[in-house]
Amino acid sequence: MIEILNLSKAYAGSEALAVSGLTFSVPVGEFLVLIGPSGSGKTTTLNMVNRLVEPDGGDIRIQGQNILESDPVLLRRGIGYVFQEAGLFPHMTVAENIAVTPRLLGWDKDRINLRVHELLEMVQLGDGTFGSRRPQELSGGQRQRVALARALAAKPPILLLDEPFGALDPVTREAVAADVRAIHQRLELTTLMVTHDMTEALLMADRIAVMRDGHLVQIGTPRELVTRPANDFVAQLIETPRRRARALAETLNA
Amino acid sequence: MNDSFREAWALLPDYLGQHVILSVSALLLGVAISVPLGMIAARSTRLGTPLLAMVSVIQTIPGLALLALFYPLLLALSVVTQDLFGFSFRALGFLPALLALTLYAMLPILRNVVTALEGLDPAILMAAKGVGMTPRQSLFKVELPLAAPQILAGIRTATVWVVGITTLSTPIGQTSLGNYIFTGLQIENWVFVLFGCVAAAVLALVLDLLLATAGAGLALRSRPRLILAGLGLVAVIFAALVPGLASGLTSGLASGPRHGIVIGAKNFDEQYILAELMARRLKREGFTVSLKSDLGSTIAFRALGAGDIDAYVDYSGTLWGNVMHRTDMPGRQAMQDQLAGWMAAHYAVTSLGSLGFENAYIFAMRADRAQALHIKSLADLANHPQLRIGGDFEIFSRPEWRAVNTAYGLGSLKRRQYQPDFLYRAVMSGDADVVSAFSSDGRIARFGLVILADPQAALPPYDAMLLVGPAHAHDAHFLAALKPLIGGISLTLMQQANLMVDRDQDKQTPAATAAWLDQRLRY
Repeated sequence: MIEILNLSKAYAGSEALAVSGLTFSVPVGEFLVLIGPSGSGKTTTLNMVNRLVEPDGGDIRIQGQNILESDPVLLRRGIGYVFQEAGLFPHMTVAENIAVTPRLLGWDKDRINLRVHELLEMVQLGDGTFGSRRPQELSGGQRQRVALARALAAKPPILLLDEPFGALDPVTREAVAADVRAIHQRLELTTLMVTHDMTEALLMADRIAVMRDGHLVQIGTPRELVTRPANDFVAQLIETPRRRARALAETLNA
Repeated sequence: MNDSFREAWALLPDYLGQHVILSVSALLLGVAISVPLGMIAARSTRLGTPLLAMVSVIQTIPGLALLALFYPLLLALSVVTQDLFGFSFRALGFLPALLALTLYAMLPILRNVVTALEGLDPAILMAAKGVGMTPRQSLFKVELPLAAPQILAGIRTATVWVVGITTLSTPIGQTSLGNYIFTGLQIENWVFVLFGCVAAAVLALVLDLLLATAGAGLALRSRPRLILAGLGLVAVIFAALVPGLASGLTSGLASGPRHGIVIGAKNFDEQYILAELMARRLKREGFTVSLKSDLGSTIAFRALGAGDIDAYVDYSGTLWGNVMHRTDMPGRQAMQDQLAGWMAAHYAVTSLGSLGFENAYIFAMRADRAQALHIKSLADLANHPQLRIGGDFEIFSRPEWRAVNTAYGLGSLKRRQYQPDFLYRAVMSGDADVVSAFSSDGRIARFGLVILADPQAALPPYDAMLLVGPAHAHDAHFLAALKPLIGGISLTLMQQANLMVDRDQDKQTPAATAAWLDQRLRY
């Protein structure tokens, strides 16, 4: 359970708060998507959960423990994170990238090798050729799968994803998204994902948190958002995928 | 030609060895300082900007000047450590050269470390933090490996620079491939000059190639390449060390006690010949003797006072103006007497007396030109303000020039400066109408130059004086070996000896000339 209480953050040199008075919680096993336009504070919120960004006010509790009182380095080793453009280390092989966090935690070599093998299987890169390759030799989708494997290497209970599919083509995007959702389910993870794509949010999320100008506008299941949008802003966000779905249906029926 | 080449080849192990040791030490020290400094500078702009500005300024100081500046600096420091902690170190040779070259090596390395670290993709740095690395782990596991190729490029640039600039350490008493170049320029042995340049260039290329191989090995993670580069570097250093150690390089390092006598020589033929002559006579008496040649003009005297060399020949007028800073003209004998008293009191340096000839500043013209313009003395020059006057690097800033200028009004002559040996070519080819020259130079007679008279006696005397440092001032055995030189060398004899080394045909080495001169001395 992740509890976010009255969280706020202001960046130096900017008057407006990036995040202001944010409160919500994510129960264990939930897939929560943070959505909103650029500058709405969603990535800042995500980054505060593993203290890549330090909050200015409020609390974040994980399993009841205030994370602002724990060592940020140890905290990050216990939370998986997938970056926008994968963020793989170009001077390391795929296997070395995946093994980074277990190595930092001091796992022994055999255990790490076994875990790398297992993860490559899990993210569908298990044909035995990927481990020794460099990130530059992979396609965008493959890189994102490796990033997912790296995030999960040390068996964290929590997974954070920052617009993980932004740079992928639609077909790859769908396949990787489906795998992410399946892995979330299988490993019983608590997952927080940031996106600005409402269709993706509706298809993947257990609940969606809509943000605007650093505030939480509405939080609820996809169905709740569609049937009872809190205001015009949410209604408009929802409208885009619906309009596209209708247009698609008309084209196919014509 | 072949003889010169053979002679140069024979000197190669010693020169190359000392050159490699110095260059590689300076580079290692430069890397050891610049890489951590660069890492700090990359994290703090407040520190990084002034730091980079500072090393850039150092880079603009001409190499020879920077090397020379370290000598007085270390000498002063040595005096301080002697007073405070009871030990001193040798301020001449290896140490000042090492420090100056290290400073030179720093700029390219430091700049590349800073730009490489600052240029890293912020997303990668974020990822390093995100997977749970501490700042230190991020630095060593991600930032430095990613910056390594660019840092190595900086080290390669520094290597080429330092190997080249190491040749300039010769004038502060450190043997290097520059000995070929400086000596070659003095005795107009172009084979020597070229040999020194080519050897330094080949060394720079070899080291650069080895570093490039190491870089490729790192980038491709190719163990064979890394091993090859490592073996190559070890081989170069080892090959350099063996002859260096054999020839007693260790005595040139740091503070260890020095064995044997060191005779100093400034950077011209007469000095080489006289140093060889002294060395020859001391060796015959059973002393172990080595030479330190090509010392800068004032460095030689300070080196004598500090005990870095034990004896050398200097000239009364030079000491009077440059060391004692006197401008008055008390007369030949009075000047020598006052100098002797002053040097003994201030530097514990003993003057054994004059060798019997004078190597004075004089001004000379081609005979035909002087005749055509009706010039016989310095006073006549004032009537020809369009004339060009050539001088060596020091003359126009010396009190002698001021004295001559005051006496004869030569301010309107156009001045040009030449490397001393090119002065004769300049006057013969007409590039200069009048040149400064030295009275003991054999080429004055050979080229048929006329010496301009000095009716007002504005030019001071330059009697060659044999100076002995504090360590052997009372060593009777030592003094007995050198005493016959006093009053033993006439001006004609010295001119002949100088010409033997200067002439193009039947050119003699300074050592052979010293042997010839030795036979003509009274015992």
